[in-house]
Parts: sequence; structure tokens; C-alpha cells
Amino acid sequence: MKHLRAINRKARRIDDLVTAMSQDAVEDVVALQNQNPPPAARPHVPMGCALAFSPGWEVDSAGGTAGLCQPVERDIYDCYVTCFWPAQVPDHLNNYPDWANKCAAATKDWRNLDLVFP
Amino acid sequence: MTAAETRTYRLGEFHQFEGGGRQFLYLVPAGAIFEMDQAVAAVIGELTEGEATHEQLVGRLVDRGFLDDEASELVGELFRARAIVAGNAWSDATPEPLEPPPANFPLQSLVMNLTNQCNLSCQYCYEFGDDKVATPDGKPKFMDLGTAKASVDFLLEQSSGRKAVHITFFGGETLMNFPLLKQVVAYANEQAAAQGRTIDFSLTTNATLLTPAIIEFLSENRIGVTVSMDGPPELHDKLRVFANGRGSYDIIEPRVRALIQGHRTRPITARVTLTKGVTDVVRIYRHLKDELGFHEIGFAPVTTSPDRLYAINERGMDGVLEQFHVLADEYLEYALRGEMHGFTNVSDTIAELYQGVNKSHPCGAGLGLMGVGPSGDVSPCHRFVDSDTHSLGNIATGVDREKQADFLARGHIHAKYECQTCWARPLCAGGCHHEAFVRYGDTGHPNLHYCDWIRDWTDTCLRIFGTISAQNPEFLEKFAERKAL
Repeated sequence: MKHLRAINRKARRIDDLVTAMSQDAVEDVVALQNQNPPPAARPHVPMGCALAFSPGWEVDSAGGTAGLCQPVERDIYDCYVTCFWPAQVPDHLNNYPDWANKCAAATKDWRNLDLVFP
Repeated sequence: MTAAETRTYRLGEFHQFEGGGRQFLYLVPAGAIFEMDQAVAAVIGELTEGEATHEQLVGRLVDRGFLDDEASELVGELFRARAIVAGNAWSDATPEPLEPPPANFPLQSLVMNLTNQCNLSCQYCYEFGDDKVATPDGKPKFMDLGTAKASVDFLLEQSSGRKAVHITFFGGETLMNFPLLKQVVAYANEQAAAQGRTIDFSLTTNATLLTPAIIEFLSENRIGVTVSMDGPPELHDKLRVFANGRGSYDIIEPRVRALIQGHRTRPITARVTLTKGVTDVVRIYRHLKDELGFHEIGFAPVTTSPDRLYAINERGMDGVLEQFHVLADEYLEYALRGEMHGFTNVSDTIAELYQGVNKSHPCGAGLGLMGVGPSGDVSPCHRFVDSDTHSLGNIATGVDREKQADFLARGHIHAKYECQTCWARPLCAGGCHHEAFVRYGDTGHPNLHYCDWIRDWTDTCLRIFGTISAQNPEFLEKFAERKAL
């Protein structure tokens, strides 16, 4: 390295690593799921309200769900049923208390959830 | 487009310090120390204001007079070394998963409490004083040969893969069971040799029972000796007393002199406990080093709950730190001349900085080090010996892996919330498990009462390290072989 001079053992190891890295080809932009080496696989544990069944409403342009900004399991319906998230779902506290009335069991009735037009 | 061009940079986690007129970075997540040049200072200056995109950062460096290529290369270098990082603070907020404690970590050292009996009655003793964790009732007072041999076997068996292992003899007063010590040394040497391995020994003593014959034995067998001693008579005798209240200085002084003179195979160390009224570090150091001739002297404030009469208050600790600085300056002068100074508190820290340690746990207790008491009970270290609460099993039945895992999980740096933003955590890792238990009732609690103190001291040692690396780098090679604690 040119600007940092390693003065302890750990620093020398970093120096070796950085020197090796900078000899590699220019880093390219990669999608998150295509990282090389791939990030360590961790179990996907739904957190908080997402323990309820929640149909996903969003897909990406290719119809996939892997690259979404959040897992489908945590998408719209969940925000309505167990906690209120104003930007994503009808406001069931004041204006649309009946929005989910036709959806008794989300696993089979989720198609009855509809858009609202404020 | 390259990945670099998409980045938004901010400062990485480091502690910046100065030494010998040069600038240094201590990279916290790694424990690495780098000397930096003016160009690095420029990047840090730019990012101190806040984040900047790759384009902005390079642009500003070009405004400062760098060529475009130079600036990109500089930014790339700092990014790869993680002195600067990309992404937003949110990505840091994702907690690191708590690593499970390493299973079956091979033992390196065993501390054998040969007895829990002592001929002194030092009021601050963690084994007998008001804050004791030991519950010795109904247990043997002296270790027997069977337990001692089993302990040696335990060490050799649990340390597979290590060429050299270590036994520390401890007490109580260790020398009250000297006959056993001799037998253990003979047995351990024989067993280690049979396996083609080596074993070395050290002991801690109050020096009251040293005799010429014992000194000769210790020297012949290269047994390292640490003497618990608190300074000149008026300081030493305040708390290091016999049961009748009489001070022990006069008894140990001639014995210590004989030890230092007669034991030529290992450096002799004094270990000073600082208490209220016994905080005159420089005077204590001069006495022990210059007048008695100890090779090394290490200091530690007494472990106590804060309301004990002998506890040092915050102002007292500030005074201690000031005096530590005086000795630290002296250490540096010595080091620049290529000489070893005897102030252990600096050399131990320098040894760790030299390696760049980054600890998951404050010390080896329960990992590479364990304590065993006269009853054969195994504990995380000598300070927890004979404590039922903290026992990790018994020599006869083996280590209770669940208890060990619990102890290690509590003490892991990732379990200590307050430590996550502290730059001194690679060395401190929250501090002594035993002190934490005495102060907070939990071995895994960070020792918050001395954080400022630790940071100041770590910074002091970093400056010394930096200055030596700039002006007398060969000196640091002395630490190449020295084991970081």
C-alpha cells in the first residue's frame, strides 16, 4: 500500500490482502444475489408480524421475487392485519375499517383484498 | 461503470492518534495499526464533514491538488483497508450474529490452587474478603497428590495439539503446599516428556515462606515467580497483614532480596494491588524496582464493590492514571534507547498491540485457561476457584460444557451492548469477568466503571507504540515471540 504503512502484525496481514485485491481486475457492479463469493446462507426467519400468512403483491419485472427490497412475506397484507403501515395499505383504523372483511382466511381468500380509491 | 463509482463513502471505525510527530490509525474492527501519510489525512478531513459519493470525494481531492488517478487509487486503498467504508449507517446497525463460543478450545494454561489457606489476612483479598465468591465450606483445604496428578493429566489431555503448555501454581498461599508443588513439577515434566511436549511453570506467592532451598528449587526448575507486594513498608503494611494485624513487609523483604539474587533463570515480577491510600504508583515502582531489584512490576486497582473502605474512588483513579503516565513516559525513553523498562502494564499492552489482537473475550478464562481448586473443582480462572456458583465441573467428571458455553456466551464481546461503539474494545472486550461479577453481579457485564480509564490507557500505549515504530522499530521485535495475553 502506498499511503498506509503497516506497523503491527494484523496491519501487515491487511496489507497483504489489499495488495492481492488491487491486483485483481476492476470490480464490476453485481446484483446482490450474484455476489462472488456468495454471502453465507442464513436461515430466513420471518420477523414480527410476518408470522401471519401474507400473500405477496409485488414481483419484479421478470416475475421474480428474489430481488425485492423486502421479502414478499412481509408485504402489504401483513401491514394491515397486524400493524398499520400508512404508505402501503388502506387505513383500517379510521377510513377503511372494512377493507379486509371479505378475507376471512388469508390463505384462501386473499384475492378478495382489493384496492381502495381515496 | 465500476463498483467503486457507485459507492458513497464515510469514515470507517478507527481511532486516530499521534506519536513521535507522525499520524496513525488504529483500525478497530481489525486491531490493525497503520502509519498514515498526509493524503490519508486529507481523505479523513473530507469525510469528517459527512458522507460523500465516489465522484464527490475524488473531485474534492483533485481540488486539493491530487491527480485524478492518484485520488482514485488513494480512495481505493483506504476502502480496501476499510479505513473508509461504503454504505449507510443502517448496514452497520445489522447486529453481528453472536458467534457460538468455540467448542473444545484446547487448553493452554491451568491454574492450580494448591491450597485455599493463607498465612496472611489481607483485607482486600478476593478469596477471603467481603466480596468473596468462594464457598469453601466442607471442601478440602489442601490439594492432594491424586487430584494434582489428575489435574496435570486433564491439562495434557485437554490441550491436544499444543506443543507447550503452562501450569501456574496459586493459592491461598501457594508455598503452604510446597511439598505438593515439587511433586507436581516432577510428575508434569515426566508426563509431558513422554508425549514429546514441554510444560513450564510459574507461581504467585506472598513471599513469607520462601527459604533458600525453595528458591534454589524454583530457579533450577525455571519456575517464574510473581510476588504479591504493595510497595515500601508504610504502604505494603496497610493491608497486607497477618491475622494479628501485623504488617508483613519486614518478614518478606529479606526473602524477596534472596529470591531476586538466587533465582537467575526467570525474571521476577511484583504484582501490586492499588487501594485507597496505596496509589503512589511512582514511589511504589521506584521502591520495588530500584531498591529491591524486581525485574518487572505490574499494577492493578483492587477488585471490590465501590463502597468498601479500601476502594479507590474516581479521583483516586485519576491520580493513578497520572502516575501511570509518568512511568509510561519513562518506558518510552527506555525503549527508544533499546532498553527494557520494568513497567509491565505498558509491556503487556504493547505485546497485544504488536499482534493486533482483537478479542472475543477479555481473557482466556474458560477458554485456553482454567482454574482448579483443592477439591478438583474446575472454574473459569483462579479467581472463581471454590465457588459453587461459578464451577465448570470437576477434574474427576470433566468440564460441564453447558456451563462453560453459558459463561463464554455471557462474556462474548458481542453480548456487551455498551462496548459496540467503543474503539478500545479489541483489547478490553469488556474487562475482567470476576471484576464484573463483583461489581454488577454478572460475569458478562461490561466493566463500565473503568471505561474512560481504559480508553486513556490504551491511547497512551498506542502513542508509545507509534513513537517506537517511528524511531526505534527494532525494539518492537522483542515482542514477536512474546505471547499476547
